[in-house]
Amino acid sequence: MFLLYEYDIFWAFLIISSVIPILAFLISGLLSPIRKGPEKLSSYESGIEPMGDAWLQFRIRYYMFALVFVVFDVETVFLYPWAMSFDVLGVPVFIEALIFVLILIVGLVYAWRKGALEWS
Amino acid sequence: MIIDTTTVQAINSFSRLKSLNEVYGILWMLVPIFTLVLGITIGILVIVWLEREISAGIQQRIGPEYAGPFGVLQALADGTKLLFKENLFPSRGDTRLFSIGPSIAVISTLLSYSVIPFGYHFVLADLNIGVFLWIAISSIAPVGLLMSGYGSNNKYSFLGGLRAAAQSISYEIPLTLCVLSISLLSNSSSTVDIVEAQSKYGFGGWNLWRQPIGFIIFLISSLAECERLPFDLPEAEEELVAGYQTEYSGIKFGLFYVASYLNLLVSSLFVTVLYLGGWNISIPYISVPEFFDFEINKVGRVFGTTMGILITLVKTYLFLFIPITTRWTLPRLRMDQLLNLGWKFLLPISLGNLLLTTSSQLFSL
Repeated sequence: MFLLYEYDIFWAFLIISSVIPILAFLISGLLSPIRKGPEKLSSYESGIEPMGDAWLQFRIRYYMFALVFVVFDVETVFLYPWAMSFDVLGVPVFIEALIFVLILIVGLVYAWRKGALEWS
Repeated sequence: MIIDTTTVQAINSFSRLKSLNEVYGILWMLVPIFTLVLGITIGILVIVWLEREISAGIQQRIGPEYAGPFGVLQALADGTKLLFKENLFPSRGDTRLFSIGPSIAVISTLLSYSVIPFGYHFVLADLNIGVFLWIAISSIAPVGLLMSGYGSNNKYSFLGGLRAAAQSISYEIPLTLCVLSISLLSNSSSTVDIVEAQSKYGFGGWNLWRQPIGFIIFLISSLAECERLPFDLPEAEEELVAGYQTEYSGIKFGLFYVASYLNLLVSSLFVTVLYLGGWNISIPYISVPEFFDFEINKVGRVFGTTMGILITLVKTYLFLFIPITTRWTLPRLRMDQLLNLGWKFLLPISLGNLLLTTSSQLFSL
């Protein structure tokens, strides 16, 4: 990675932009008042006393959306190199990429019909 | 003896020059970065002011007018106020996740500014992967939202964080596919190449005319990514007092606020670069007089670069009227409507757009 010189400025930018929130926290730590109280430390629940534990079981549908997202994101990552060299590759590669996308469309239709994309 | 001392002096001066060279190299890298950060800060001030003035105009009231001339420094005043507020940590919340969440939201959005071109050689990092860097790094933002929701030790923050992350990832794929279609048209992912490919026919060479469906999908997806109305369910949940920002106070809340506007600005800049022709003047067949012929003399080059920056910013801020007026025009979408729109409507259409683009490119080959 250190041989890719065009990314040097990216790393420098990453370091500097990481410094910005740290700087904000430091300045705020110096300037802000700290007056602790028992009511301030309790979590918000529309004005009533919080009931039960904060970490609850979450529904499976969040996981289903993330799963379908992973499948399609990997598909798009695979489509990027094909799109870059599209003009030199020609028609046979287009047919292959079409078959690839069609297989994934079949996957989308399956997930749709099976109810993986329902928020109910 | 004299020859010895002169050669020794020469060698000494060479070694000093070498270390100066390295220092010079590092400084030469830091100056553009700080200039860009300064530019982004001023851009955020302008965008916050613009949003408040336009919102005030639509709602028939007066916007900010006290902080600075015409209320321009309102965002700065808000930020300074937030710096002075107490930083509350929820008890038994995960302190590290609580602090890192908003930082990741800011950092991932800030990094995308490095590939936006303001002129031909006026881009911070002219990478080969260009727009793909924005797509990849903006995918890290949902991780920040999840961290904020989980680390708040609050059921509602947790659920709000999950919902915000679900919204964010659902609209990533139509966005990626639209950007893929644009890269296909320009045969390159580098933003400089994409703008150059739109420079031939002036106004008519914009990618907007070659990809109208893609533009609409990009608009909708980027509004959903920025969590602006009509997709601002995470924020609305906060109005109903829940959502991942509930337990936040002080500058951490300010970081979320800044991250939202940074995201809006970078999305609008990318619309300008990808669809509206970037830094080109876009008036077809304009003939520049010899004095302004770029690359020949220094004044011409400086003038050309300044014009490029001005044109990019004018296009971006004129485009920004659309998201800001949309905010006060359309009603908010419910969560299931939002996800249905992303998965069942935009994803098939963006796939169709991609196939259409590839077919038309094949026929023109």
